[in-house]
Amino acid sequence: MKYAAKRVATLLVTMIIVSLLAFLAFDLISGDPAQMMLGTEATEEGLAALRAELGLDRPLPIRYLDWLTGFFRGDLGMSYHYHEPVWTLIAPKVRVTLWLSLLAFLLITVVSIPLGLLTAGRGEGRLAGLHTAFNQLCMAVPAFFIGILLTWAFGVTLKWFTAGAFPDMTQDFAGSMKYLFFAALALSIPRIAMTARMLRSTVAGEMEKDYVRTAISRGNDRRGVLFRHVLKNALPPVIAFLAQTMAELIASSIVVEQVFGIPGLGRFLVACISNRDYQVVQAIVVILAFWVVLAGTLADLIQQRIDPRLRLGGAS
Amino acid sequence: MKQTRNGCLTAGLILSGLMLLCILVGFFWTPYDPTAMESAKFLPPSLEHWMGTDSFGRDIFSRVLKGAGTTVTIALSIMGIAAVCGVAIGALTGYFGGVVDEVLMRVNDALTAFPSILLALVVISILGPGSKYNVVLALGLVFIPGYARVSRTAFASLREANYIKSAQLMGVSKGRILLVHLLPNTVQVLLPTLTIGFNNAVLSEASMSYLGIGVTPPDASLGYMLSEAQGMLGTAPWYAICSGATIVLLVFGVGLIGQGLQRREKGVA
Repeated sequence: MKYAAKRVATLLVTMIIVSLLAFLAFDLISGDPAQMMLGTEATEEGLAALRAELGLDRPLPIRYLDWLTGFFRGDLGMSYHYHEPVWTLIAPKVRVTLWLSLLAFLLITVVSIPLGLLTAGRGEGRLAGLHTAFNQLCMAVPAFFIGILLTWAFGVTLKWFTAGAFPDMTQDFAGSMKYLFFAALALSIPRIAMTARMLRSTVAGEMEKDYVRTAISRGNDRRGVLFRHVLKNALPPVIAFLAQTMAELIASSIVVEQVFGIPGLGRFLVACISNRDYQVVQAIVVILAFWVVLAGTLADLIQQRIDPRLRLGGAS
Repeated sequence: MKQTRNGCLTAGLILSGLMLLCILVGFFWTPYDPTAMESAKFLPPSLEHWMGTDSFGRDIFSRVLKGAGTTVTIALSIMGIAAVCGVAIGALTGYFGGVVDEVLMRVNDALTAFPSILLALVVISILGPGSKYNVVLALGLVFIPGYARVSRTAFASLREANYIKSAQLMGVSKGRILLVHLLPNTVQVLLPTLTIGFNNAVLSEASMSYLGIGVTPPDASLGYMLSEAQGMLGTAPWYAICSGATIVLLVFGVGLIGQGLQRREKGVA
């Protein structure tokens, strides 16, 4: 428990530092938003009034605190480009991205763990070289290229879905899930290869250990040893890797959303960077950063929970 | 085992060598002018046009050659910036240690936890999107921590070696110890890291250009060409397939070299 408390404290400190850095960076570059909103013909009085309305005339620390408390109340300020509250703009997009990541994560877990175990039982043999080559090839294919290939195969050729026409999630939930499935596939294929490979090599490493040799020499068959003893030791790093995957998924979904024309957080982020709508960019970056830090903490906590060896080490 | 070990390296070197040769030729000569719109539109791959033509009647093979050149140049620049700064930081902190080392490594830990594309997007939105120099700078900055970490470990592990101690006793200057005595001995560890760094640079640049916030016309990198090709998936799918496959082959070749180097290093150790 002590470890968990310490980890959560670190999490909070990291979040504060990250949000402070993001706030400072975007405050520095965004220049004068009032000028941007009113254009070049704005009068001095008009500018001053708008600055007062946006709260830009107050000192920096107060604005930061205000922004941070607003962040947790769901008040992220106004978009200078769309003239709408940031939260209203991004709330539907957060939902889409969450579903996309969730689908991809499910796919990765459901496919990679059985795949890793299935291939782990086999010895290295002559195929070892081919295996490494295949792994390198998997890592060489960018997720968005897989996305384009999937669009071509299933969207353009087979017409299983219409590329670029994402159904409204609130009206056609099943249709939007079907659409998201193809994007999730593009996101998960490289990760499935990595996770399966990792599980395979951890299991192979464990199989060399003394306790396995003892168990086998006492008459257990390899399969039984694999499931009863080895798996317990091989899973913790894989689970931690999967938690880390949640962070990575968010990052690669930025590009994959663009491929499939999915109105998610990542695609909106890119659009706002091009529009220089810093108020929104700042909000999305901080949300994504919180997500990443949270996933990392979760990975540590889970790993520490399921691996007693770490629990002892972590307490000291 | 010995055979597979060499297999990776040889296959990687051959593949990368061939690609590099094509790219070098592409700098000076391409079968057609990559921007001229003089051939028929949407020609499938043939002997005249190896990768067909696009919606403007441009020869795709010539475009891919040029685009691969741009991609590799940008990736090498990114790698150069990141590796020089990263190794310098890693060498200093690894060799001297102390408080600076502690603080920098904590910052490093925090930064490496973030996916590089997210960091790069933040930096690029601060620098301003749509310029290849900003892409190089943004990704160069983002990749520094990775190199710093690996080289710090390498330098710190050799700090206590006997030959370093005797060099110190002989009064060799610190700069000379770092550059002449330590650096050559860390090359073995740093080389595979460089290959991974090159691949990350290629993939990240491709993503950014694909998103339209990286390399923009008149320059064309492979990533930008993929976004262009996506609009022609129905009429000229070979454009997307060829430019995407070029990225894959580039990264695959260098990845094999990295794998081969790592295995050779393990074999020696």
